[in-house]
Formats: sequence, structure tokens, C-alpha cells
Amino acid sequence: MASSGPGRSGKPTGRTRQSRALAANPSLYGGMPAAVGPSGMAPRLLEFADELRREEMKVGTSELLDAFEALRHVEWTDREDFFEALATTLAKSQQDRRVLEAVFDRFFFRAAEREAVDRGVKEGAGREGGASPEPELDFDSLRERIRDALRDANAPEGQLRDLARLAISAFGRQGEGSGVIGVDVQRIRRTLGLRGEQAGAELPDPETVPRDRLREFEAQVRRELERALIERTETLPPSKPLRELDRALPTGGAQDLAQVHRVVAQMRRRLATQGRENRGRNRSSAIDVRRTMRTSLQTGGVPLDLRFRPRRPRRPELFVLCDVSTSVTSASVFFLSMLHALHDSFRKLRSFVFVERISEVTEVFERERSFEAVSRAISGDAGVADVSGYTDYGRVWIEFLDRVVDDLDPRSTVIVLGDARTNGREPHAAAFGHIAERAGRTFWMNPEPKLYWNYGDSVMQVYEPYCTGVFECWTTKQLEGFVNAIADLRPVSPSA
Amino acid sequence: MSSEFESIEETRSGLASAGYLADESTALVSFLAGRLGKPVLVEGPAGVGKTELAKALSRATGRKLVRLQCYEGLDEAKALYEWNYRKQLLRIQVEASDAGWQEVKDDIFGEEFLLPRPLLTAISAPEPVVLLIDEIDKTDQEFEAMLLEVLSDFQVSIPELGVVEAKTHPIVLLTSNDSRELTEALKRRCLYLWLGYPTVERELEIVRLHAPDLKEDVARKLVEVMHMVRDLDLKKPPSIAESIDWARALLLLGAEDVDQETFKQTMSVIVKHRTDLDLVAERVGVKLSDGLVGSRPVG
Repeated sequence: MASSGPGRSGKPTGRTRQSRALAANPSLYGGMPAAVGPSGMAPRLLEFADELRREEMKVGTSELLDAFEALRHVEWTDREDFFEALATTLAKSQQDRRVLEAVFDRFFFRAAEREAVDRGVKEGAGREGGASPEPELDFDSLRERIRDALRDANAPEGQLRDLARLAISAFGRQGEGSGVIGVDVQRIRRTLGLRGEQAGAELPDPETVPRDRLREFEAQVRRELERALIERTETLPPSKPLRELDRALPTGGAQDLAQVHRVVAQMRRRLATQGRENRGRNRSSAIDVRRTMRTSLQTGGVPLDLRFRPRRPRRPELFVLCDVSTSVTSASVFFLSMLHALHDSFRKLRSFVFVERISEVTEVFERERSFEAVSRAISGDAGVADVSGYTDYGRVWIEFLDRVVDDLDPRSTVIVLGDARTNGREPHAAAFGHIAERAGRTFWMNPEPKLYWNYGDSVMQVYEPYCTGVFECWTTKQLEGFVNAIADLRPVSPSA
Repeated sequence: MSSEFESIEETRSGLASAGYLADESTALVSFLAGRLGKPVLVEGPAGVGKTELAKALSRATGRKLVRLQCYEGLDEAKALYEWNYRKQLLRIQVEASDAGWQEVKDDIFGEEFLLPRPLLTAISAPEPVVLLIDEIDKTDQEFEAMLLEVLSDFQVSIPELGVVEAKTHPIVLLTSNDSRELTEALKRRCLYLWLGYPTVERELEIVRLHAPDLKEDVARKLVEVMHMVRDLDLKKPPSIAESIDWARALLLLGAEDVDQETFKQTMSVIVKHRTDLDLVAERVGVKLSDGLVGSRPVG
């Protein structure tokens, strides 16, 4: 199988057969056009690239050519090498690589399944004859075996797969599946009583298993269920795009903090980029006379080499007000961790949190490094433990004005993170207007979709006219629009 | 001295003999870099061996390493080439009286008056080299754009001289700490390699390669502690370089075991921030005293 030389002349005949079968039954593509034209790897790879593009990955022709070139030098019979060769030529960032991994698995899994359906290959055909082909497994021993396998990091992948199958068949005997694979996977996991380890738990709980191993097991169960479904219906389910799910900000009670952090880290990188964009070498026309003279000494006093004074990037002075009341619970973790990231990127940043009243937490952020400590400090002793727990925007504006009115100048930017739900209290728009007037720019980030603004007790329209930009902010894309605005590089587009 | 790897396996063993334990994707990308003649963009956190990979490649292939350290404000004059003004002025003064302008012009814009900087050096080298462009994310986007000509066509245009084309094909590595997004144009021309923190087993191998005198069980415990420290939310998580430093420090101190006492004393080798120090002392120090580390095998 060592056909790593130039040219893929050593194609196994199976490929040709496959593509002929495909041409005979194009509907199996699940909406994709059937591969006409030359058989072999090239059309498969082009389909694969198409699928990547559908996931918003930028795969150019030159990248594809690179991939083909790379595959000439790599044994494509080795799955690992094959994947790495594709990854290094097609995926140009960590994020791309994650997408590629997901699509790769899906695409080639489907390709294999498609082939199986084409040829009418079925698994376990021999097993169906017997009354009870497998020894009867009771649930408890199965649970034990799965747990052991999950704790053993060296357990071969095949073992997990076998256990996943056993679990599915055991589950199948108990009752019918729901028909939705995602639901079934969770049901099986619950029935087996498998729980992930709690992060930060001091002692290992005998009941729990390592989180990432559990996730692997779930993936195996999902794959086996999918396989069974394809075998039953003899068609491939339509492929679903995966990107949106990955990109949306996590909301809801059980927030994955790590995911929030990832989004914020990305934003921090963008901020770093943008600070640098207007730091070009010759952008400023101010000549540094002293340094120019000094260099001219090398050339006998002729100023051949001009030295320019570097332009300092604009460092906006930020005032961030963050709503931490219960109505924005799901967003406030995200907001707080964003504040956390902002503190790393901007030196002149003062942050405030509010519910019914306002309190400054700049010091907390500067003192505490870890995010957990920050949120503990804020919920504990930052002075926002309120009487009623209801947000009072009007009062917050007045208090804010009271404290910082003298510090606000046209160079400062005020950012409000909140849902503008006043619980029926006086919004004091005039006070907010005064703040906006004193500050150079005012932005509002609302964690609710625009559709819900101004319904119920939301008074967004009262504040909106005073703001430089108003953003809904519940996906990364929207966040990026916001980052562009505060970095003051592109024109502010409030609809972004 | 072989200058070209024949297979991925050979690349891996070549790198290993140069003191670099490459994982699957690193070996594959290094192999492809030589084969396809494409630059490699290596990204990853600080201290995971990005620069070291270039050095190891140069050792393994027997090529010279040409290094361009990037920083903010780096320009063509320091990266590509520069005219030696002083020498040109001298020549003009010598010739001024009795030569016509044309001759002087032809004379002073010759290779003799050219000061080659790393990129031109790499391209015009008679022997193939390994070119390392370190921390490309520290420069500005204009510089990236300038690199495109060098990286895709391996040539440098000098207005007065014409185009200098590469005599030999260098292996090019660009490293980035991911502190800003690089331009699409640059990424498109490169192979991409992400170097992350290694698994416990790999890191153990690496530590043992660099500190062979350290006892197996101490090394294992050390690596386990490192992984624990990395799991904390630190300002600057320790990297492989710090693992190696720590291993060497333990060797020097003649430590027999990584217990709470030694950990406290040597913690400053791996943690480089005051606030991080507190956090690590609190979280990891306690676990060490309870004997929770090293008591059960971690895979």
C-alpha cells in the first residue's frame, strides 16, 4: 500500500466501483450533486472542500492545490497522516482545525456508510437468527464495565465502541428510542447513571468519570445510533451545519465558563490587532528631528534616512457599567468575564456593577487575577447586595453621574451592559442623556434579541437616542461588531 | 548529512536525533515543508518549542539557521537589505572628479554596496538554509505584506539591481504567539501547524531527554504537577521550557521527591507572576501535602 510516489496510479479498484454505484443512485448523496467525471480521490476531496466552505471556512483553490500536492507525499492509506496533511494545508487557525475535524469525521463516516448502503452491506446479519445472540447482560454489570473503561485512559477506542453498542442494545430492550438521536444519547447516559467529574472537586467521587472520556463515549453512542438509523432507513440523513451552534454565546443556567473564556480570548486578540493597525511605520508625518540628525551622522551629515516619531495608538478611556441583576443572570457571567478581559487590554478602564444601586469594582478586577475570585468578590462584598434585587436604572444613572461626572470628558467611552428592564420604575432618561452628553461615545449592549426590546418593562427606546451605538449581543458575531466600534476603526453601524 | 527527508518516519527520527521529540503532526508538517517548499506557520502558546523546532530542523538537515527576530517597527532595511550609504559616499568622493554620472551610478548600486539582511541572506545563500522568522505577530501588517513576495516566489526585488532569485530553496518557519490575527494572504501561502501543550507521556519523554539524570518517578511527578498548574487559570501558564528548567533545578538541588517543601522553594522557576504564585501555592501546594499527586497513575 506504499503508493506515496508521485501520481496516484495505484488506486484500488474499489474506488472505481464505488463511484459507479454512486452514479447509479445519486439520491444517496443527501442533496449533494453526484460525482460525475473522473473517479478516485479528487472528486471526493472537492466535495469535502465544498462542505468545508458551507461551514464558512475559507478554502481557496490554492489551498486545495496545496492539499493535493501534500497528499502526493503522504500515504493516504494512513488515516492520521491523511487528516494531518489536509489539516495543515486547509485549516489556517485553531478554530478552522476544529471545524475541519468535525466535518472530516462526518464526511468520511457518511462516505463509508453510503458505500455500505450502496452495496447492501449490513452488520450483524447473522445475529438476528438466534433468540438471544448475546449473553444476557444486566444493567449493573454493564454500568460497571463502562465506568471502568472510561476511567482507564488507555482503553482502546474499539472497546468504547463495543460498550456503546451494548449500551444501545440494552437500552433498546428497555423501551423504544425517542427517534431523536441527541435525546437518546442523553437518555442512555442517564440510565447508565454516568456523571462527569465536577471541576474543582477536591476528592475524586467514585460515582463520576472523567469529563472528556464521557464525551468520547457519548460521541461513540451517537455514532452507533446514527449507523443503526442509516442501516434501518437505508438513506443518509441530511447533513446539518454545525457552525452556528459552536459560535453562539452560551446562555442558560448551566454555563460553560470555558466557552465564554474562549470567546473573550478571541476578542482580546482582535483588540490587539486593531490597536496595531494604525501603528504603521510611516503613517504619521511628524519627523523626529533629533533622531534624524543622529542617523545622518552615519552618512556624513546628509539626512538620507528620515526618522519619524511613532504615533501612539488611541487608548480610549472606558467606563463600563454592568447589570448583574437576576433578569440578566445568563448573560452576566459572560459580561463579567468580558470586563475581565477588557481590564487586560485597556489600562484606563473603570468598571461598575449595578442592580438597584451602583458600585465601583475597578479595584476588584485589578487585584484579582482569577475570574472565579472576581465573581466571588463581586457577589459577596462589592456592595451590590441589594434590598429588593430589582434593577433601578434611573437611580443608577443619578448615582453614576454623582460619582464620575467630573471625570467624563469627550475622550471617554461609556459602555452599558444591560437589558434596560426597569421593573416599572422611572427611567430618568434625562440623567442618562446628561451622561451621554458629557462622554464622547456611549454604547449599549443588550443581551436580549432585538425582538424583545421595548416589550414589557424594557425601555430601550428611551435610552437609544442618546447612544452612539446600540448592540444586541448574544453571539460572537455581534460581539465582534461591537469590538470594531469601540476600537474606533470602522464606522459605527448600530445594526451590526 | 542528509539535507532532505525521505519519509515522515525519517523526519521524526532526524528531529529526535537533533534533540526534538516531534509528534505526529509536527513530523508530518516538517516533512511536507521540505517536500512542497512551502513556508510553515507555527502557532501556539509561548515556550512550547516553536523556535526550537526551527533549530532542530537546521541541525537535523545540516543546514545553516538564518534567524529574523521580529519586533514592532521592523522594516525592509533591517529585514531585507540596505544600501551601505557610507561606502557609497566614499566611492562618490573618490570618483567625483574624473568620472561621469552614469559610471558612478552603475558603480555604487552594485552588490558590493549592498548589506544583506536575514531575508536576502537566506535567499541568496549558496547552500540551502533554514529561515526562521520569529514572532511574526509582533510586526505590523505592512511588513507581512512585504514578506509575501519572499515567501511565495522566494525572490527579492531591489529596484536598482533587479530581482534576486533564490539559488536554493530554504525551509521557512514563521512563528506566532497568536497575539493577533495574521492576514489571510500570509496564511494562504503557508502550511499551518499548531503546537499546544503536550500530553503527560510526551512531556515526560521531553523532560527525560533534556534532564536524563532525573529519576523516572520524580520526573513523572514533576510533569503531573505541571499539568495541574496549567489547569489553573493563570496569567502565564508554564510551558515545556519551564518544565525543563524545573527539572534541571531539581537536579541541581539534588531533590529526591517533589514534596510540598521543594515545591515551595522552586515554584518561582515555573510560575512567573506574583498573583499566580499565590494561586499555585494555595491550590497545588495543598494537594502535594495530602499526597494526592503521584499516588495514582495518571495516563
